[in-house]
Amino acid sequence: MQPLVFADNLIKKPTENEDLYKCVHCGLCLSSCPTYLVTGLETESPRGRIALMKAVHEDRAVLSKQIIPHMELCLQCRACEVACPSGVPFGRLMEATREQIYVQKKEPFLRRLILKIVFHHALPYPRRLYFIGRLLRIFQRLRISQIMRKIPGKIGQLHAQLPSLNGDFFRPSKESFRPKGQAKSRVGLLSGCVMPMTHGSTMEAVVRVLVRNKCEVVVPEAQVCCGALNLHGGDKEQAKEMARRNLKVFYEANIDAIIVASAGCGSTMKEYGDLLKNDSEYAEIAQVMSEKVKDISEFLVELPLDPPEGNLGISVTYQDPCHLAHAQRITDAPRKLLRSIPGVNLIELNSANTCCGAAGLYSTLQPKMSQELQRKKVESVLQVDCEVMATGNPGCAIQLENGLESAGSTIQVKHVIDLLDQSYNV
Amino acid sequence: MLHKCKFIKQSNICFSLIPSQEWVLNTHKLINELEGIVGKSSVIHHPDDLLVFAYDGLVDTGTPQAVVFPTSTEQVSKVLTLANSRNIPVTPRGAGTGLSGGAIAHAGGIELSLTRMSSILEIDPENRTALVEPGVVNLDLSTAASAHGLYFAPDPSSQRACTIGGNVAENSGGPHCLKYGVTTNHVLALEVVLEDGSVLWLGDAYRGRPGYDLVGALVGSEGMLGVFTKAIVSLLPSPESVRTLLAVFSDIDLASNAVSKVIASGLIPTAMEMMDALTIRAVEKAMNFGYPKDAGAILLIEVDGLEVEVIDAMEQIIEMCYDSGAAAVKHASESKDREMLWAGRKGALGALGALAPNYYLVDGVVPRSKLTDVLQKVSEIGEQYGLPIANVLHAGDGNLHPLIVFDERQKGKKEQAMEAGAKIVEICVNAGGTLTGEHGVGLEKKDFMPLVFNEEDISLMMKLKDTFAPTGLLNPGKMFPDGSSCADFRQINITGTAGLGSWI
Repeated sequence: MQPLVFADNLIKKPTENEDLYKCVHCGLCLSSCPTYLVTGLETESPRGRIALMKAVHEDRAVLSKQIIPHMELCLQCRACEVACPSGVPFGRLMEATREQIYVQKKEPFLRRLILKIVFHHALPYPRRLYFIGRLLRIFQRLRISQIMRKIPGKIGQLHAQLPSLNGDFFRPSKESFRPKGQAKSRVGLLSGCVMPMTHGSTMEAVVRVLVRNKCEVVVPEAQVCCGALNLHGGDKEQAKEMARRNLKVFYEANIDAIIVASAGCGSTMKEYGDLLKNDSEYAEIAQVMSEKVKDISEFLVELPLDPPEGNLGISVTYQDPCHLAHAQRITDAPRKLLRSIPGVNLIELNSANTCCGAAGLYSTLQPKMSQELQRKKVESVLQVDCEVMATGNPGCAIQLENGLESAGSTIQVKHVIDLLDQSYNV
Repeated sequence: MLHKCKFIKQSNICFSLIPSQEWVLNTHKLINELEGIVGKSSVIHHPDDLLVFAYDGLVDTGTPQAVVFPTSTEQVSKVLTLANSRNIPVTPRGAGTGLSGGAIAHAGGIELSLTRMSSILEIDPENRTALVEPGVVNLDLSTAASAHGLYFAPDPSSQRACTIGGNVAENSGGPHCLKYGVTTNHVLALEVVLEDGSVLWLGDAYRGRPGYDLVGALVGSEGMLGVFTKAIVSLLPSPESVRTLLAVFSDIDLASNAVSKVIASGLIPTAMEMMDALTIRAVEKAMNFGYPKDAGAILLIEVDGLEVEVIDAMEQIIEMCYDSGAAAVKHASESKDREMLWAGRKGALGALGALAPNYYLVDGVVPRSKLTDVLQKVSEIGEQYGLPIANVLHAGDGNLHPLIVFDERQKGKKEQAMEAGAKIVEICVNAGGTLTGEHGVGLEKKDFMPLVFNEEDISLMMKLKDTFAPTGLLNPGKMFPDGSSCADFRQINITGTAGLGSWI
């Protein structure tokens, strides 16, 4: 055997070691893992990644340049958690591993620099994000972006992945929206970081639908990004900071529920309790508040929903966002909402619960795998005879909009709530 | 390539596991040659990467020096030719979900992973057959065949991950094999690459089998006789109606009686599965099905066939369950509800991982009439060793799967578990049963072979092996006993084996 490379005695190990030993390497996760399905390689499977984490933990290997790429190729889609009969919390394990990679500064310099800027100087500051958004919009309107797209290599690729920012941004003029008459509940709405710019109209639809269902909607101005991107990228400390900020803001808003229209953010906010379980000040409040977090579809189906009456007369297929289906285990609620809309013919998508390759920053950091998954997803959407593809997460929506557009398809991508709102307003 | 242990003069099945210097010196050259055959991205050889190919579903491990991912029969043939010319062991591997260590590269060398040969080449609905590559996932074949109203009957609990190639190699069973038989009953023909690289087809797509049944000989050969590169398997028409019943009993005794009663009545359910109290608790903890907390045993019984037949059979079975003392019976006919009833059983193995980090799964078979008796003895073994033992059983076949739960980080526990397992196998054999129902012998049970086979039996089996694989480079170290029990076979006169030195 060759000696192990990059030996470093100072290396810390993934901490959640008890979780590691829940895996009995039965292999039932293999067929649920998108990267295993593409590569056929055990190294790119959940079981393989756990074996590597274990090896690092037991000092049989170190987080080497050979091991890290296998960890980075993971989408953190958590499909393996659903498949796992032993209840291995793979998402948590992978977050701990990413944290080690980040803390030990194992990424290439440039990537680390960019991540650090994004994690520390952009995401926690909504105003900066809006500023960047406006700048990008100007670029897009001046068609600079279209020119940049044609540049071969990474720069062009990056521009091709950018969402269209042509719609209105979601910047509510007031903090609270009240229904006519008595409100049945008072809910807080997470704006999120990217969604208000890429899907501003969806956010407005969310507010309208909630108000229509007799909810007073509070959109606290002081809230920040949920921290999901930080957490998945290994920057756990900053994620905790952002979590504390949001917890404080929503706690003070005195609300019955926190509504999230983006699956990725919802999943992270539901896990705030776990994230801050050792925080002397916030542990308790995090526990209480994370139980109030609801995905918009989950919240609506629990209500006596004001039945939508406008007939849309369209065929729709639905793509499960990973962080809704796997992390939050919500698959029925969005389908129920879609079926409740008159004139919506819901056709099931083949492998609807397999990741589309968006996965937050993944599409930028792992373009090759991301595009392969996008291609596969677009292929299965094109097999469905539909006009609209519905989903529940901005990342998936952007990935599929771009993919369908490149394939020359006219299928529109919409949030489930867009369709519900449309039916309310026909 | 490898040093031999002291028994090598009597048998070519005993090896020590220290790679020879020659391998270390020539690794680079060999990797280059392998890359020349399958492409650079299809050879894995970095020690860190090899860590994930060291295991399958068994507790044992063994690290190969390289893993190759061929995509065609031709590439498999070239890899085997190369390995043969250099005396390098080759271990074929599917999804690595096997439970007897069949895919573990026990002797190092090359691991031949067939996961990239995963195309369903043809489904012939009229003749109800499918031509598949070995890496096709079992459930994917049934899903594809369902478009024609057909399915592939063998259904191991790992069916959503395990591959057809692995199923054929291990002659896998599954819950539904009670009525439809195990893998061997569903394989019509095989394209096989022998250890010298030669390619041949055995059997054909028609159901006649003139001459010796060589397909039968190869199914269950555990990767030691040849590498399957294509298979023609038969498909069954999906039944008109399927009903599943879940019956809860206060103890194993009552459940076993119900099983005997149903079998004695002449009905042939497709499946009769049992879980004992510890398994029920583990499944409940992992998946929250709402199983009663005080349940001592759960029986899952499935019947299929024509609607009228099925309704009638189910009514009779429900009555028999209640007669035998069932505390509660649930049954379902809709596929989603049936899946719910099955989910606990299909996930039982993994769910036991929630109890402790490791389990050692025993795969014994006993006459159905001895079930209660044997399970009692198994539980005594558990008490004796202070190790919890959970039982999942294909009760209809008398195939029991005691799972010995332990934590390998506690010193000596693994050895204790293995010892307890050996005792259980002995109990099964003494009760008139045998070593394995469906998982294969592999690494795990090779030392138990003398319990059921005498020297003549083993010698005959080895002659068969030598006919197909005279150098023994394919999946060495499996099925036949070595180490201390090697001595039991010292007298065996092996013909056709390679001469001394073939391994170095």
